[in-house]
Amino acid sequence: MHENVFSIHNLLFGVYPYVCLTVFIIGSWLRFDREQYGWKSDSSQLLSKGYMRLASNFFHFGVLAIFGGHFVGLLTPHWVFQMVMDDMSHQYVAITAGTIFGLSALFGGTILFFRRFFNPRISLTSRSADKFTIFWVMFTLILGLLTIPVSMGHAGHGDPRVVTAMAEWIQSIVYLYPNPQYLEGVDTIFKLHVLAGMTVFLIFPFTRLVHIWSMPFGYLARAYQIVRTKRLKYQETDRYDQHKPIDM
Amino acid sequence: MKVRAQFAFIFNLDKCIGCHTCSVTCKNTWTNRKGVEYVWFNNVESKPGIGYPKDWENQEKWRGGWTLANGKLELKSGGRASKLLNIFSNPDLPQIDDYYEPFTYNYARLQNAPLSEAAPTARPLSQITGESIDKIKWGPNWEDMMAGEWSERNVDKNMDGVGRDIYGQFEKTFHLYLPRICNHCLNPACVASCPSGSLYKREEDGIVLVDQDKCRGWRMCMSSCPYKKVYYNWESGKAEKCIACYPRVENGLATICSETCVGRIRYNGIIFYDADRISELASTTNEQDLYEAQCKIFLDPNDPKVIAAARAEGINEDWIIAAQKSPVYKMAIDWKIAFPLHPEFRTLPMVWYVPPLSPVANAIDQGKLKTTPDGVIPMSGEMRVPVRYLANLMTAGKEAPIVLALNRMIAMRSYQRMKRVEGVVNTKALEAAGMTEEMAQDMYRYLAIANYEDRFVVPTSHEEERLDDSHGHQGQNGFTFGNDSSTGISKVTLFPRRRKESMEPREMAPFVGDGAFTGDR
Repeated sequence: MHENVFSIHNLLFGVYPYVCLTVFIIGSWLRFDREQYGWKSDSSQLLSKGYMRLASNFFHFGVLAIFGGHFVGLLTPHWVFQMVMDDMSHQYVAITAGTIFGLSALFGGTILFFRRFFNPRISLTSRSADKFTIFWVMFTLILGLLTIPVSMGHAGHGDPRVVTAMAEWIQSIVYLYPNPQYLEGVDTIFKLHVLAGMTVFLIFPFTRLVHIWSMPFGYLARAYQIVRTKRLKYQETDRYDQHKPIDM
Repeated sequence: MKVRAQFAFIFNLDKCIGCHTCSVTCKNTWTNRKGVEYVWFNNVESKPGIGYPKDWENQEKWRGGWTLANGKLELKSGGRASKLLNIFSNPDLPQIDDYYEPFTYNYARLQNAPLSEAAPTARPLSQITGESIDKIKWGPNWEDMMAGEWSERNVDKNMDGVGRDIYGQFEKTFHLYLPRICNHCLNPACVASCPSGSLYKREEDGIVLVDQDKCRGWRMCMSSCPYKKVYYNWESGKAEKCIACYPRVENGLATICSETCVGRIRYNGIIFYDADRISELASTTNEQDLYEAQCKIFLDPNDPKVIAAARAEGINEDWIIAAQKSPVYKMAIDWKIAFPLHPEFRTLPMVWYVPPLSPVANAIDQGKLKTTPDGVIPMSGEMRVPVRYLANLMTAGKEAPIVLALNRMIAMRSYQRMKRVEGVVNTKALEAAGMTEEMAQDMYRYLAIANYEDRFVVPTSHEEERLDDSHGHQGQNGFTFGNDSSTGISKVTLFPRRRKESMEPREMAPFVGDGAFTGDR
């Protein structure tokens, strides 16, 4: 732990992550439990289709790839990673994938952002949370993209320390031995990106972002037709329920 | 054989006067809310016309319904993987303007405008943005009564092979009304396309519903329904559709659109079908055979084997009786005068239509039309509405079944006319159309008289099978605190569940016997 336990640094990188994660998990569960009628993707494609094919696809596939990259790249234990590649390769993969998918998400997201704020139909029917969500996600994304030149600078010097430090820090949070010290030597832009990213988790349960929980992969394995019965004896045996869809 | 009961409809287009009472009562009951201003669970289209939403019948454009891929049924817009890949932006989704931008008028202006020389006007306002609309360009019934240019209306897909040029001539024009609701299909494409599995068909009565809690707004149902009868509530972000007025139907009442139909053209009834044959019959290779294929799926409710199988499936006696008295079975199967709408979509729709006759009195008086032997009623091929048009609408272009139906309706009229006007019983026309006198009299009773109890044979639902404790459930619907009538879909909850069951023993009290109630102890 840091010498001064009550430093702002410790608060932001030792306590705030747990605030965000708690709100994210408990908040999602509460909302799913109590307010499922409001649990939705909240698509506005019906109101305005223009550019949606381009914008929404670039944005969503980009963001999903970035999320997957962060998940695998940062949460995989160091020793497992080393069996596949060394730290420098890790960093180059991160830079390359981050650039490609980051720019894809930036391209789509920028269109979505302008649509959300300046298309009268979309803007006037938006809730403030909708506007804040796209703003904050784009803000986080841009901060993330701004880390790439810095990271390339490090890579140019053959220095993988930042990537390893970030991974060690995040694993210290997730595996419940919080150690904010890992982030002390890290450039400010990384810290800003981390803070913005954690905040996405904080606002998650209160926005349309909850639809991410509901990725309907169960559909791939489901019978096309669904018949429900009211008769209790059949409900229990699932005789007519041709599938068990994923609830979320 | 797996017998299932379907709550089905017949609309007798021959008597539809296009008054839109069905649409208005439905609208006032179900969709007078924010987010569904543009939604008409029931609408009435003027045909030929492109309809609501624009050009909905053109599946080359909207890719709704099913298609055959290597002989197997597949959603026309693509299978499961394609649905998931297109989930972020549905390429086949209509935009709200394809229905119409919902509008109201600035009525307050009429009262609060400052004093002026000219009378103030109430300008149209968009119900989405609240802003003024310069010019209303499209509405829910824009082509009413043949309004608009023929060149725009004849884009109508049903005009294929009919002759778009010929019927633009004033003397040749024809017109019919087409009231539409959800078809509560036996092979619903909306249910099949829902990635969340929120749409479902009810086993008891076949009504297709959207689980509002489970819907995530992926919008695949909207585009996959070839009839475009699943809508997106842009306020709630959920899909909504015609619910066949199930709260009424469960209580033995007709749907509100049927109940209020001024022309008495709507029939509600139960029909049994064999659920084991759905995919087999929906995969019939030739589109033009799909009407006959669908007829094969229905089961004769008077057949002892069917009755036994129905009982085995747990179908209650009153439902079997209702199926036997069903006007739907009579018209669709016994008399063969009703047809599904666009069977080529392969969803096996369950709202069937009696095609309209279109007599042309003037032309007959001038001796220009060929008539049946009574010299008054025109031959089916001589009607104003081309048979091919009706066939495109109801039998994927196969004319013979339509001609038979029209001939039977004409024969019934001819027979009745001879009897009433000339006092002669003449069965020649009936025989030519393969009918008996009894059948003609029944058809007359159901089509012309159309008494309430003949039109609506709706058995009540058996709620006692849903609730194992109906006593404990009493008073928990209606005025409630929270989501009491729903049992919910989550097995796990963070919060204490409400106690809904009765605490007292639920066994029936033993019968006292020996005249305790009658007083003659």
